[in-house]
Amino acid sequence: MSSSLIIGQYIPSDSVIHRLDPRSKIAVIFFYVVIVFFANSVMSYGVLALFALSSAVLSKVPFSYIMKGLKPVWFLVIFTFLLHLFVTREGEVAFSLFGWAVYEEGLIQGAAISLRFFLLILVTSLLTLTTTPIEITDAIEELLGPLKKVKFPVHELALMMSISLRFIPTLMQETEKISKAQASRGVDFRTGAFKDRVKAVVPLLVPLFVSAFKRAEELAMAMEARGYQGGEGRTKLRELKLERRDWLLFAVFILLAAVLFLTRS
Amino acid sequence: MDITFDHVSYTYQPNTPFEHRALDDLSFTIQSGSFVAVIGHTGSGKSTLIQHLNGLLQPTEGQVQVGPYTMKAGEKNKQLMKLRENVGVVFQYPEHQLFEETVEKDIGFGPQNFGVGQDEIKRRTKEAVQAVKLPEELLERSPFDLSGGQMRRVAISGVLAMDPEVLVLDEPTAGLDPNGRKEIMDMFYHLHQEKGLTTVLVTHSMEDALAYADHIIIMNQGKVYREGTPLEIFKQQQALEDVQLDVPEVVSFLKMARDYGLDLEYEGQTIAELAKEIALKVKGGGDHE
Ligand SMILES: Nc1ncnc2c1ncn2[C@@H]1O[C@H](COP(=O)(O)OP(=O)(O)O)[C@@H](O)[C@H]1O
Ligand SMILES: [Mg+2]
Repeated sequence: MSSSLIIGQYIPSDSVIHRLDPRSKIAVIFFYVVIVFFANSVMSYGVLALFALSSAVLSKVPFSYIMKGLKPVWFLVIFTFLLHLFVTREGEVAFSLFGWAVYEEGLIQGAAISLRFFLLILVTSLLTLTTTPIEITDAIEELLGPLKKVKFPVHELALMMSISLRFIPTLMQETEKISKAQASRGVDFRTGAFKDRVKAVVPLLVPLFVSAFKRAEELAMAMEARGYQGGEGRTKLRELKLERRDWLLFAVFILLAAVLFLTRS
Repeated sequence: MDITFDHVSYTYQPNTPFEHRALDDLSFTIQSGSFVAVIGHTGSGKSTLIQHLNGLLQPTEGQVQVGPYTMKAGEKNKQLMKLRENVGVVFQYPEHQLFEETVEKDIGFGPQNFGVGQDEIKRRTKEAVQAVKLPEELLERSPFDLSGGQMRRVAISGVLAMDPEVLVLDEPTAGLDPNGRKEIMDMFYHLHQEKGLTTVLVTHSMEDALAYADHIIIMNQGKVYREGTPLEIFKQQQALEDVQLDVPEVVSFLKMARDYGLDLEYEGQTIAELAKEIALKVKGGGDHE
């Protein structure tokens, strides 16, 4: 398979961030998302941003590429900012724009919320940029491990996830291939009335479903033929293990949380 | 339709870490009415090249000219539909594109999109299934009930029914058995001659290139590595081996014959002609006994 397709946008590299245990990354991001909502001073936002930006630098992923990946959400960030700018009517009037008064509080809140939003998206996309889908599923399986005690099908869930992730690039390739084939037969996916465009999707979706079902069947058969029978007693090829760098990450993160709570106003 | 590539380059996913220059400064001309084979290793850019022929891809540098249609880097072509009606493309494993309820509807899908009338579609469908030797009873069946080989024929008919002037074939016989292969290739060759098509065939088979093409383009790492008539190309056995390509059986046989001291040059002989030549030489040598 061509490695040039964006595979869950993972970018191979050997940076520190790449080598962290995926469980640590997921756990830290989870708590980061939580504490972002406690920030309320310039200083607290400052340390959060510092943490996110230094992780981005350490990951060695080209910054321009990260920004490009964030393109679709820029719109949301800006929209949130403008919404706050125009709707909040508290504090002093800062200035007026086209006859509409913009309040100081609106500016501050707008900036704070969009920054929050930006940071959240930045750290979560750092996860997918530096962690292979397989690592992520392994980590989730481990992290959810305790739920097995209450008969929650953790292994099956993780398997479903990893299979879906594995087939996303394949499906994308297939979609591209079939849409090109149909475009060659005169289907126009880009222009025309809404109704025509909806109709243009049928020649794309039918072959995609057919091949997806065929693949699923083949995969199931191959798995059974090799004796797969679920999670019970199954061992792993790659055991996850916490290293020094993971403990370092936790320490830095706890420090970050402490600073954040101390500098809250 | 004459086809001209003028310093064409194509880069996949530019400005990302996955950036890949799949075509690198290609220039060549394909004469109207010729049968051209494009040969090259996997990943050498053959499929990328042919997607420029009907505007599925637009050059990132340079210009592609197909008959009256021009695709230039950075410029939108407004006549893509016309171009696609004139250039039929049979992709690798074309049976994956089938989707209609019946074979007949699927074959008629292309012409219908290009606004061909119902009667004309019927006529073309009939002609197309005859060309690919598909029994007419199958027209009412679902394409998904057919065998793999039959599905391939249906998909090919769907392209033929567009009645294109240029026929582009991307490894059209991949995965078929030897008999099916020969049948399909013979069919394409027959159509090529009968309708005066311009045919571009991407293939791994040197035998097919030798048997059908009158011009060969060898691709290597996104560049044109060699270009010429089959005779010119297959004389350069070493150059081909340098890029891990074989030569047709006849040519490699001649090389072996030379190792045994039979001095024969490759001049486009068929196996039968060669056999005669060798027989003559061998007998000639045996005369002075
Ligand atoms: N959609 C795509 N995105 C990124 N790279 C691609 C894509 N399609 C092909 N490539 C790359 O471009 C190069 C040429 O591919 P292709 O034209 O399919 O070669 P060929 O048909 O000769 O095997 C390969 O290295 C391939 O990995
Ligand atoms: Mg190819």
